[in-house]
Amino acid sequence: MSKTHGANLRVVFYEGPGAVPLAAEERFGAISSLLDNGFEVTRPANGGTVSRADASPILLLGRFDGGTLPEVEGDTHVRDLSGMSADQVLGAAREAREKSGARKLEAWKPWFPVIDYDRCTNCMQCLTFCLFDVYGVDRQDKIQVQNQDNCKTDCPACSRVCPEVAILFPKYKKGPINGDVVRQEDVKREAMKVDISALLGGDLYASLRNRQSDARKRFSTERDESRALLERKRCLKELGKELDIPDEVLMSLPTVEDIQQRAERAKAKLAQRQARSQTVKDSKPAPTEREWGI
Amino acid sequence: MSAPTSPTPPRILYCNCSYAQVVPKEVKAEVLRKLCDSGVAFEAVADLCDMSARKDPALQRIAESGCVKIAACYPRAVKWLFYAAQTPLPKEGVEVLNMREQTSEDVIRGLLAKPLDSAQCKETP
Repeated sequence: MSKTHGANLRVVFYEGPGAVPLAAEERFGAISSLLDNGFEVTRPANGGTVSRADASPILLLGRFDGGTLPEVEGDTHVRDLSGMSADQVLGAAREAREKSGARKLEAWKPWFPVIDYDRCTNCMQCLTFCLFDVYGVDRQDKIQVQNQDNCKTDCPACSRVCPEVAILFPKYKKGPINGDVVRQEDVKREAMKVDISALLGGDLYASLRNRQSDARKRFSTERDESRALLERKRCLKELGKELDIPDEVLMSLPTVEDIQQRAERAKAKLAQRQARSQTVKDSKPAPTEREWGI
Repeated sequence: MSAPTSPTPPRILYCNCSYAQVVPKEVKAEVLRKLCDSGVAFEAVADLCDMSARKDPALQRIAESGCVKIAACYPRAVKWLFYAAQTPLPKEGVEVLNMREQTSEDVIRGLLAKPLDSAQCKETP
């Protein structure tokens, strides 16, 4: 398990029997600080419920009577809160995280697509469109987001090419991409965009590549490097404006060679999968409708 | 005839959306402050998006522990974030309050006021 995956440290504020409750402002300050720094906080209280303990490491904090720490088992750490400021509470949480090996936090904005499977038709436009290998398919050839880390921060372009408005970026500024309700006019707008895309040749990237290739031809005949570069910049700017793609993402687009290599790899994977499913078909009788769950 | 049972109090989950500024700062601060003042039990996470991307096991614990009210962002986003982490929320007994659109008063009222239908609040084994 890498340090960026897996369980987080769960900080539990204990204020029940055997402990003195915190002042409201003190509680708020400590909890805010922990959340702002990526920790998970639980505050149990009489008559309320919280989720059960699991394998996640725990830091139990409380102002315990007489400063006597309760006995605990497993991966649970205990600290007395008496006299601790919010910063010191944060320090204690960091220390417990180190000891327990809980996952560390990264300085990243969790920016990645989330698929609304109530809307998705598995058309694979997102997979075809994204050049950064964010999407993949599962064993049933169902589209899924596989490499969240590859996604380019603040780039919502794949959601803009989705004809079903099925791709969300929860941290995007506007609806319906941010998860807001999808309205009829949103669907109409997307359908119109797809039509325009079809008129342009079905694939915005293909048309971009054609334009790049045209620019390259002109460069080879005219030997005008700066003009070719300007042309490329102009094309990218148009695409960026249309799909709300940040400049830095456009500048990091893979080269034509990279794209071709990626297509070859995808083809090989598909062929392997088809060969595997053919072997299974040959060795097994065809499944009944019941087996398919129809 | 069985005796009437008291409604199970729903759990409360608060998402701090720590890694972005999309939830108005004053709304989330006010909701957290009121939760801290209220004396109710609650759980708070730094950022549901981050947990979903990292497949944090806590999401499974949250999804499986029965009725829950979630103060976060758009319900559609919350639903599919849990799903993306392979820990889908139950179809019933979940209420999402949207701190991007609702006022802090409405969110707090929703979290603290009415219990969810107890029939929906069966704990998943």
